[in-house]
Amino acid sequence: MMSSILIAVVVLLALASVFGIILGFAAVRFRVEGDPIVEQIDALLPQTQCGQCGYPGCKPYAQAIADGDSINKCPPGGQNTIDALADLLDLEAIPLDAEHGEEKPKTVAYIREDECIGCTKCIQACPVDAILGAAKQMHTVIVSECTGCDLCVEPCPVDCIDMIPLPVTPANWKWPAPVSDPSLILTDRGRGQLLQGASQ
Amino acid sequence: MSRIFSFHGGIHPPENKKQSLGANIRLAPIPAQLILPLQQHIGKAALPCVAIGERVLKGQKIAEANGRISSSLHAPSSGVITYIGPQPVPHASGLESDCIVIDTDGLDEWSTLSPIADYLSMNKMDLINHIRDLGIAGLGGAGFPTDVKLHLGDDHIINTLIINAAECEPYITADDALMRERSDEILAGIEIIAHLLKPSHILIGIEDNKPQAIKALDQALRASTLNIDICVVPTKYPSGGEKQLIQLLTGIEVPSGSIPADIGIVCQNVGTTAAIYRAVFKGEPLISRVVTLTGYALGHRQNYEVLIGTPFTTLLEAAEVNRTTLFRLVMGGPMMGIGVNDERIPVIKTTNCIIAATEDEMPPALPAQPCIRCGMCEQVCPASLLPQQLFWFAQGREFDKAKQHNLFDCIECGACAYVCPSNIPLVQHYRFAKSEIRTEEFEQQKASHARIRFEARQARLEREAAEKELRRKERAEAAAKQQAERKLAEATPKELNSDEEKAAQIKQLKTAASVARTKLKKANDALKNAREKGLEGIDKLETTILLLEQKANEAQQAWIDAGGEQS
Ligand code: SF4
Ligand code: SF4
Ligand code: SF4
Ligand code: SF4
Repeated sequence: MMSSILIAVVVLLALASVFGIILGFAAVRFRVEGDPIVEQIDALLPQTQCGQCGYPGCKPYAQAIADGDSINKCPPGGQNTIDALADLLDLEAIPLDAEHGEEKPKTVAYIREDECIGCTKCIQACPVDAILGAAKQMHTVIVSECTGCDLCVEPCPVDCIDMIPLPVTPANWKWPAPVSDPSLILTDRGRGQLLQGASQ
Repeated sequence: MSRIFSFHGGIHPPENKKQSLGANIRLAPIPAQLILPLQQHIGKAALPCVAIGERVLKGQKIAEANGRISSSLHAPSSGVITYIGPQPVPHASGLESDCIVIDTDGLDEWSTLSPIADYLSMNKMDLINHIRDLGIAGLGGAGFPTDVKLHLGDDHIINTLIINAAECEPYITADDALMRERSDEILAGIEIIAHLLKPSHILIGIEDNKPQAIKALDQALRASTLNIDICVVPTKYPSGGEKQLIQLLTGIEVPSGSIPADIGIVCQNVGTTAAIYRAVFKGEPLISRVVTLTGYALGHRQNYEVLIGTPFTTLLEAAEVNRTTLFRLVMGGPMMGIGVNDERIPVIKTTNCIIAATEDEMPPALPAQPCIRCGMCEQVCPASLLPQQLFWFAQGREFDKAKQHNLFDCIECGACAYVCPSNIPLVQHYRFAKSEIRTEEFEQQKASHARIRFEARQARLEREAAEKELRRKERAEAAAKQQAERKLAEATPKELNSDEEKAAQIKQLKTAASVARTKLKKANDALKNAREKGLEGIDKLETTILLLEQKANEAQQAWIDAGGEQS
């Protein structure tokens, strides 16, 4: 009787130490570098690097969110980003904090090239190297790389940079959501009058 | 005849095909202006290769394919290029896009064509390039460049070629008319495709509501040596959907997210085969197509052979439109087509039908009611989706879930919306959700691209700062070292081993001593001068002289110590 208890204890101890060793090894061997949640948050932020959230870029804001800051401080991302963050972090989706700015249509920077004096100030300001130019040469924006962060507008001494909204073309046009009003009761009003605006 | 399988769902809307089959294909008039959008297909827009003011001949290339998935454009008639720029185009958005506009001269003068006499002895690559060069694109669906599909034999094993002649959508009869009247061209086109892809079976899928077309094809087939089966399928919408037709003819379901070539099948539309025939045997580029003009607002409802680029207005007038009864203009069929507000838009390579409908024919949609979960939409969905669920997710903007429920397998056939008793515009909801998801994905891509660039810049700045710091340190170190060395040399005249070095040092010391003496002398002179003239700063000069004297003595001493006196 005694010996069977002893055997059970010994066997369990042996198992415990074996698993302990395996777990300990795994903890070292498969160590996760960095903080995965920060990476995941960072992946949802628009990477405009504009600093409107009050942090020097998207990554620092991602870190701050991971540390408990609120998720509604990024105007370029807007409600979509807030929703995605809320989904990821299992928080409630709150509206954008107006203090940090409002959601604006996407824009790109445009340099009025004949006014550019080639001071290179905008190049230094651009966080994604989207401006091409050299000292005393005309500068220009690579539209496909520009994130529309606005940061180059302020440093320009001759104010030759405009933020222009991206044009809507058949290629980037989006289908609008159909407007259907489920509260309408068909028999409530005269059909003809009701249907006038409904044809699509 | 091979076995016919079946696909899930499907509907039987009124066919309305008889109206446009009363007469043979008629030639549409050459319009005063041809408008050719540079983007008529999925992929990249073509690049214009003509200039404004240039005269072009019929069939001359006016825009070059740009990249792999793109097709070139040709002048549909002779005339002068008058404008290159934005024009209204046939697109659901109603927006403008770049077009080439040709003012026709009415001469319809052909450029020199280069037909291929014997394509069988030609290099396959050259043959495909010839077809590409003539701008042949799929005439059935999205206008996919045909040459890309003809290349599929390179990296896929193609065992079945399916010719899509189902034409399942109501009203449209363009393919039907083509098969009745030009079955030999279609067959010759099939032979060319078969030569390129070498499939083991060739199946023509056609709905049983086209007996005359089936007869014509059958007759043409008798002369052919190829093993071609005409598979007559029961009339059911949307049997002409690519994946649905494959399932009907082979019983195989194309897996979600793959293309038919992955399971060894290539589909081509009948119209495309005729275009391939013309390109190879006659050297004609794709500059015209058969378009069904129908709807009760038209006087002549029939099929027309239309030049690509002909504005809708010209066609409507040729078909004697009654503008008082015209209520709605639709491009494409009633199920999958899009409403048109601007009549100036031109016919493009994928325009198969124009419906000028009266109000009785296509009354406005009734307002949508809440979904009652009747499940009728699920029963008719040919892609075996759950339309009511997708609708729920799209409406609630839960796009992730919609995607997980295979929203992207929806072919937008409209069967679900057709049967929905609550009149919910289901397809619009799916289109909306799809474009939202696409935009979001595009933005994500852009964001991660921006992150990479931002991090690269950050790394570069850090590296530059580190390099600068390093260089500064190195310079400071070097300077410190030099100074230390100099001091050391001054403090202890080091042991010198060779006579030359000694001599050199002595010489150096001697120079130093004499320089010190000269300086002393100059200072003394200055002092004397100052005393004589009674200038200020005499005491300062005196201290300088004391210092110089000391230095001169030191230098003299060093020289003597080094043995300078003896030499
Ligand atoms: S506001 Fe948004 S886009 Fe701008 S830096 Fe902060 S997280 Fe990035
Ligand atoms: S070009 Fe201007 S707006 Fe565009 S990313 Fe650079 S700094 Fe921002
Ligand atoms: S057919 Fe219409 S009402 Fe019925 S379940 Fe589908 S969406 Fe809902
Ligand atoms: S439109 Fe999409 S969801 Fe509706 S029946 Fe067709 S494939 Fe199914």
